[in-house]
Amino acid sequence: MTTTVPRPPAKVSFRDRLLRLAETVTTPLLPDDYLDLVAPLRAGADLRGRIVAVEPETADAATVVIRPGRGWRGHTPGQYVRLGVDVDGVRQWRAYSVTSPPGRPDRCITITVKAIADGKVSNHLVRRVRTGTIVQLDQAQGDFVLPAATPRRLLFVTAGSGLTPVMGMLRAGAHGDADVVLVHSAPRPQDVIFGPEVRELAARGVIRLVERHTEVDGLLGPDELAGLVPDHLERQTWACGPVGLLDALQERWASHGAADRLHIERFRRSVAAVGEGGTVSFARSAVTVAADGATPILEAGEQAGVLMPSGCRMGICFGCVVPLREGAVRDLRNGELTTAEPGDGVLIQTCVSAAAGPCDIEL
Amino acid sequence: MTVIQKKARNPIAHLSAEDIEMLGKELDAIRDEVIASRGERDAAYIRRVIKTQRTLEISSRAVLLFSLFPPAWLIGTAALSVAKILENMEIGHNVLHGQWDWMRDPKIHSTTWDWDHVSPPEQWKHSHNELHHTYTNVLGKDNDLGYGIMRVDEDQPWHPAHLGQPFYNLVNAAFFEYGIAAYDLELGRNLKEGRHKSPEFRARVRAVGRKIRKQVLKDYVVHPLLSGPSFLSTLAATFTANLVRNVWSHSVIMCGHFPKGVETFEKTSIEGETKGEWYLRQMLGSGNISGSKLMHIMTGNLSFQIEHHIFPDLPSNRYQEIAPKVRDLFDRYGLKYTTGSLPRQVASAWWKVIRLSLPNRREAGPVQDRPIDGGSAGAPLPALAGSAA
Repeated sequence: MTTTVPRPPAKVSFRDRLLRLAETVTTPLLPDDYLDLVAPLRAGADLRGRIVAVEPETADAATVVIRPGRGWRGHTPGQYVRLGVDVDGVRQWRAYSVTSPPGRPDRCITITVKAIADGKVSNHLVRRVRTGTIVQLDQAQGDFVLPAATPRRLLFVTAGSGLTPVMGMLRAGAHGDADVVLVHSAPRPQDVIFGPEVRELAARGVIRLVERHTEVDGLLGPDELAGLVPDHLERQTWACGPVGLLDALQERWASHGAADRLHIERFRRSVAAVGEGGTVSFARSAVTVAADGATPILEAGEQAGVLMPSGCRMGICFGCVVPLREGAVRDLRNGELTTAEPGDGVLIQTCVSAAAGPCDIEL
Repeated sequence: MTVIQKKARNPIAHLSAEDIEMLGKELDAIRDEVIASRGERDAAYIRRVIKTQRTLEISSRAVLLFSLFPPAWLIGTAALSVAKILENMEIGHNVLHGQWDWMRDPKIHSTTWDWDHVSPPEQWKHSHNELHHTYTNVLGKDNDLGYGIMRVDEDQPWHPAHLGQPFYNLVNAAFFEYGIAAYDLELGRNLKEGRHKSPEFRARVRAVGRKIRKQVLKDYVVHPLLSGPSFLSTLAATFTANLVRNVWSHSVIMCGHFPKGVETFEKTSIEGETKGEWYLRQMLGSGNISGSKLMHIMTGNLSFQIEHHIFPDLPSNRYQEIAPKVRDLFDRYGLKYTTGSLPRQVASAWWKVIRLSLPNRREAGPVQDRPIDGGSAGAPLPALAGSAA
């Protein structure tokens, strides 16, 4: 990591003074609001990116090439990036794994998106978005990464678009010269994202590839995995895919006392419990809505036009955290109840919390 | 005008409670249609207006750095006036209404927006969005009726101080944004009732003070200073631009509720008001301005005041599109759609300000004697239509 070396104080104060002078002329706007008109990707601006290409991968998946703004601090293979894209005029935030290796010569990053049924953002990115579009970005985050000291034996278990973070690692060569097994499940051979690329890696002997096709082989499960990779529990394993697969893997690794060797990345929240619902009031926005026990407060607020901070929408990035001033919410993932008395201001993740009684949100 | 309930010929007497409910449903349908089709085109519109406004503002200020040369002064002042009008009307007023909140863009949102105006957004949103838009044209409830300083309805009691109201209105036009700030602060009432020492009121006064300081610093100190030898001419230019913006917005806003044909309502008439009755009050309590596309943008689409009052939170670019449908509703329900050219409506509003600076004429006398809240009418009126008999 780099640390920021403070500039000499004299220089800072001159720049600050200049900025303050500029602010007196641009008020109530900021100088940034004018600069955004001409240089949205400049250093110091809110982090954004420009889509420079959209390359089809399979019938329903595409790789989006994004040139991030000057403020982009890079990523570690396996991490994801939050992307804010305007679909039908409405800003939507989603998280996607970075599939390009760090330090591309053209400074671009790529994400690879699979269009899912009714997926507002995924369908937009795969089929409709135009090159040149500006998107909002956040710095890369996530701990689904390989450790600095690469384990000697690695196992990747992926399904569908779950291959994307792993592809980021393989392309970067993050696995070094480890013994790598990749077990990947997709409906048919032609649905495998990066199919030719991983097959080529296998042909060169870089990885051992086990491709499973659900149309022939059925859904991949832990028992089948045991047959495919007999030493799977001894391997440091990174898994990414649908909730069912990940839950089954977690159970197997845990029941064999190997939970610390399994690393997973979830793409969608798994709903475990549904609360009772209630009225949610956003006092500062002067909005009150009735929300049922299955609707995240984030969605209830957005529907009502409240400017809700949001992020991954699956409970991992904490980009949506706001204080619950009073009331009760239930965590949709595990049914856990969180209550707040006036003055508590308990911080809750609105994307995975549903009302469990009347709630007063500080927004 | 006289409150609708006391008119010899009540313009809504022919509508039954069911009619009014149907009217409400038809309006809901228009609203749903717009909301369902709100999207990329609308987002592109507001971003284009904002970009145009910012480009115009910064270029006009750059030109004014050389305002010593008369052509630069003229062009710069004209462009800055237009930029300031766009900023307040088509952008500020409408963003602060929450018309663009659906885009979820934190940079164009009613909770984060600040405008080139001396009234802080929070205070303006309260007095305008919550009070004026809810109690539109209800005597004793909607302070926009004469802004608390003028008499613009026969049913408002006359006081000798009203003799000066043509003059107040002229001053208010020139310094309209200050008038609005004072109005949002409820300055008169707070001073009279001795609440000026409450910490809450003082905090609000300070907030206005900060806005004034920033605007004065920008328009009357920093920008002229940056103009060097053009100091005085730039000062005159920014003052002129603010004056033009104030007079323009004052004129447009006067046309919204003061011209002939716009109805007012008594306080008790809104007790237990249904959604349909609320819609009806908005329809009759507002007046439009006819004109070109450019004219509509410069008024912030408040030239579609009727449509705006029916649907205050729909994107402003849609008012013109739904206007024919709304007008058709007026026709089918036998209601009067008040509209006219800007000069005509401004003249009509000014005539009212001048005429009502004097007490009512004799034939209107009895009306004036009755309490304006209609308390003497016996049983409270359950609905607008119910009061017709």
